[in-house]
Amino acid sequence: MVDFHSILFKRIEDYPKDEALQEPAFFSDLNLDQIIESITISKQEYNLKHFFYTPLKDVDSIKYRHEVTKDLENKTLFENIKSFAQKIHAMREHLEQARKLYYKYQKERWFLDAVEIYCDAVTCLVHNLSSLSLNSRGFKGFLGYLIYYTNSDRFVQLVEETKKLEADLSAIKYCLTIRDNSVKVQKYRSEIDYSAEVEKTFQKFKEGVAKDYKVNFPEQRDMNHIEAKILDLVALLYPDIFLNLDNYCHKNADYLDDTICRFDREIQFYIAYLEHIEIFKRAKLNFCYPRISKKNKEIYNYDGFDLALAYKLITEKSSIVRNDFYLKEKERIIIVSGPNQGGKTTFARTFGQLHYLASLGCPVPGKKAQLYLYDHLFTHFEREEDIKNLRGKLEDDLLRIYDILNHATTHSLIIMNEIFTSTTLEDAVFLSKKVMEKIIQLDLLCVCVTFLDELSLLEKTVSMVSTVVPENPTVRTFKVVRKPADGLAYAVSIAEKYQLTFDFLKERLNNHESTSHVQRS
Amino acid sequence: MKALLMYKDRDFDLKQKLPLNEQTLSQDLELDTLFSAMALEDEFLYMVAKVAVLSILEDLDTILYRQSILKDCLKNSLVVKEIYAITMEAIEREKRIFFGYFSKYYPSSILSRSIEVLQMFVGLLKQLRKISDEHANKFESDGFKNFFSMLDRELGDEYFATIQIHLKELKFRNGALISAELGKGNKGAKYTLRLNENKKQHWVERLFTKKPPAYTFYISERDVTGAKILSELKDRGINLVANSLAQSCEHILSFFNMLRAELAFYIGCLNLYDQLAQKREPVSFPIPVDSSECTLSLKGLYDVCLALTKNEKIVGNDLNADNKFLAIITGANQGGKSTFLRSIGLAQLMMQCGMFVPAESYRSSTCDRLFTHYKREEDVTMTSGKLDEELSRMSFIIDHITPNSLLLLNESFSATNEREGSEIARQIMCALLEKRIRVFFVTHLYKFSHDFYLKNPKDIIFLRAERQPDGERTFKIIEGEPLQTSFGEDVYNLVFGAGN
Repeated sequence: MVDFHSILFKRIEDYPKDEALQEPAFFSDLNLDQIIESITISKQEYNLKHFFYTPLKDVDSIKYRHEVTKDLENKTLFENIKSFAQKIHAMREHLEQARKLYYKYQKERWFLDAVEIYCDAVTCLVHNLSSLSLNSRGFKGFLGYLIYYTNSDRFVQLVEETKKLEADLSAIKYCLTIRDNSVKVQKYRSEIDYSAEVEKTFQKFKEGVAKDYKVNFPEQRDMNHIEAKILDLVALLYPDIFLNLDNYCHKNADYLDDTICRFDREIQFYIAYLEHIEIFKRAKLNFCYPRISKKNKEIYNYDGFDLALAYKLITEKSSIVRNDFYLKEKERIIIVSGPNQGGKTTFARTFGQLHYLASLGCPVPGKKAQLYLYDHLFTHFEREEDIKNLRGKLEDDLLRIYDILNHATTHSLIIMNEIFTSTTLEDAVFLSKKVMEKIIQLDLLCVCVTFLDELSLLEKTVSMVSTVVPENPTVRTFKVVRKPADGLAYAVSIAEKYQLTFDFLKERLNNHESTSHVQRS
Repeated sequence: MKALLMYKDRDFDLKQKLPLNEQTLSQDLELDTLFSAMALEDEFLYMVAKVAVLSILEDLDTILYRQSILKDCLKNSLVVKEIYAITMEAIEREKRIFFGYFSKYYPSSILSRSIEVLQMFVGLLKQLRKISDEHANKFESDGFKNFFSMLDRELGDEYFATIQIHLKELKFRNGALISAELGKGNKGAKYTLRLNENKKQHWVERLFTKKPPAYTFYISERDVTGAKILSELKDRGINLVANSLAQSCEHILSFFNMLRAELAFYIGCLNLYDQLAQKREPVSFPIPVDSSECTLSLKGLYDVCLALTKNEKIVGNDLNADNKFLAIITGANQGGKSTFLRSIGLAQLMMQCGMFVPAESYRSSTCDRLFTHYKREEDVTMTSGKLDEELSRMSFIIDHITPNSLLLLNESFSATNEREGSEIARQIMCALLEKRIRVFFVTHLYKFSHDFYLKNPKDIIFLRAERQPDGERTFKIIEGEPLQTSFGEDVYNLVFGAGN
């Protein structure tokens, strides 16, 4: 017996127990909900989402997936798996069809075809996998199982019976004589093709291409009672073959193998992810296998990007800005400040996405990365504005932070975006410093997007700033770089963008009267 | 089956591309008058005439091939018109046979319509055969001889009999025999119509051969759905045969269409011939000469369009311009220069589609393209000045002209003063001469024509519209050196009265 269970989990114990798993709380803050949605949307039949809701807890489990993913980067293997999946999909459709249909011989044939597709899928897969060099524990284990299974008497016999029956049925040829309301059914006795005969007669007039007068008959899967009657009579003409078909269906009702079914579903986790990141690779964006550690808090990522935003930008054919970050030695906290709409939030999201995707054992955006395997990931993003209740909002902010700090450990990750915006600057500085103190104390990794420059002066922090083009401050670069927070006023540039500066306004106001009858060029 | 009455080896393509300057040619040479005379208000004849005349034949064989067919037509015009009428009848009657009212999309209705159409076609094909049997010996041209022997060969009595057998068989009096296999889900598939041979066996034979197993069931009269399904099943079986029969109808129809289109050209020629004969204007079959030579000699050439619109007899011109690449035509205003130029263009086009020409004799090298460059009205689009406009048309011509082209210029480059116009003309003409491109140039540019004349060149002929000393125009074009005046004064006097 071969010991193989899952291509996704190294140990059977890690298998997610709760199939109705909810998406983690931080998903929408980090736009991970969008990312996972686009990854799984075309694979809904596999119900992959809760695999994406289950981060791994140990480094070796992540390695197990890295190995499988690296094997799948081999195009041949990837295509083999795709074709296997297509066949199993077709098989399922056939079974579903067999279930839905009414007439016995029709149901039986759909079932037979389903088994034929299954046998072919499994046989091809074992053949293809054997000819490849596989390096992952996952694939090696699975191949071992496949070899064991396909050599089993059960499978060998299934293949033989299926082939024989298919061949017998395909060889059947019969003739109908339709005259008024009678139908005569006989075996076919090499009568000549009359259409060809007629066509030959008129051959001499044939010049060029004529219109196609053939009528397209819609192919329905159901049978009507006449077809069923004819089929019954055909069965009488060939009694042995149809008896075999009956017996075959009884005997092989539960032909499907559990391990192979599970593999068919689980491998789609990798396929879905790889197909998704292919879109970005084609846009010349990099992905890498991050180094993962549970201990080392020195982390880095180069050329990273927000997967959700990049997806949107690629469909709009816009360019995508990549960012770097690193934390060394005692550095734990990244304080992000700078002009609005300069990519600060995107930077914070990217940081969170990278860590989450890494904990799923997936390749992550970037050229090169070392990331931390956290125990919990917390986010604190501004909730929807509620102007009516200022105090309520501040209170809510504080309650959420309190909750986070209560659950966070030194192994956690916290991402905060614009906290305490709904109070005075002085209050905000005071409260933020209080919160930061706790975080510094816990020595955990944190990204904090803020308009409070002061925070970057605290210990363990690093200041990163969103930047603009120096010559034209209204143009954002969306680059977030390591540099001291400079607190420059960008309000003017934003006003310029909306033509609300003095000069603009003067001109616009002067033109008010004339714009009604003079078109501006 | 092909009619091959326009080309020895291919069909006449009604959709062929006409020259890019088709419109300009029609306008400058008044081709509409010619086409209308050929068409006698029949749109189809008009279209065929237009395509045939404008798709200039370069190859002498094809021109002569058509000439001899046209000669046959002139001799046997009634027979040719009868054949033409049969093609018209086939095309008209086919249009009137409809598919079943609601059942257009069923193979059975396609099949029964096709059977009806084929019956009708067979009748007309038999008529064609009969004409061929009776009149073929009166035709001498290769084209008609081949056509009739093709009818003979392809449409034998035996062939008609075979068709009849099929048309009868396809009514399925003995039931439709359809073979099938088991397709997806054991549903019947690959329905194929088979020949239902009802072999008459001797009773002894019938007694001793074991009957193959057969099962028959009946659909009860109340089972309306069942009856519908059964007829659909039959439809699946006859789908292919209905298709190939319908396609055969289409092919036979296109044979009739092709025959009609090819004959239409000759019918057009017959129409034109009749009108010119009524006016007692002479026509003759021209002698086309290979384009490697530069030949033009003609006698009694007149403008066919002018002849068709005027009641009086038209003055014909004679000319011998062999080895002359450039003809410079000068002389009196309203002296017939434009008419002469047009008559050359028309005759050339008529010769090069295989027609007769409006002349006592006409012998000319063929060209592969014909261009005209006439003085135009003031530019209506206001986008460019008049000289601009003229020169841009000239530039278009230069873009498309070939060494074997024929170019007719009528008062070109006159949109500026004479010195400049002459200089432009000189430069262009020198270039064309060097390329050995045949040009007829009607011009008032005295400096240009005089300078050329002084050089006494061998390859240029100078022609002049004749004017009697009293100012009387004869409308004759004669050889003569360019004069400094075009006798505009004569015209002035004509309009204002002399001495005013």
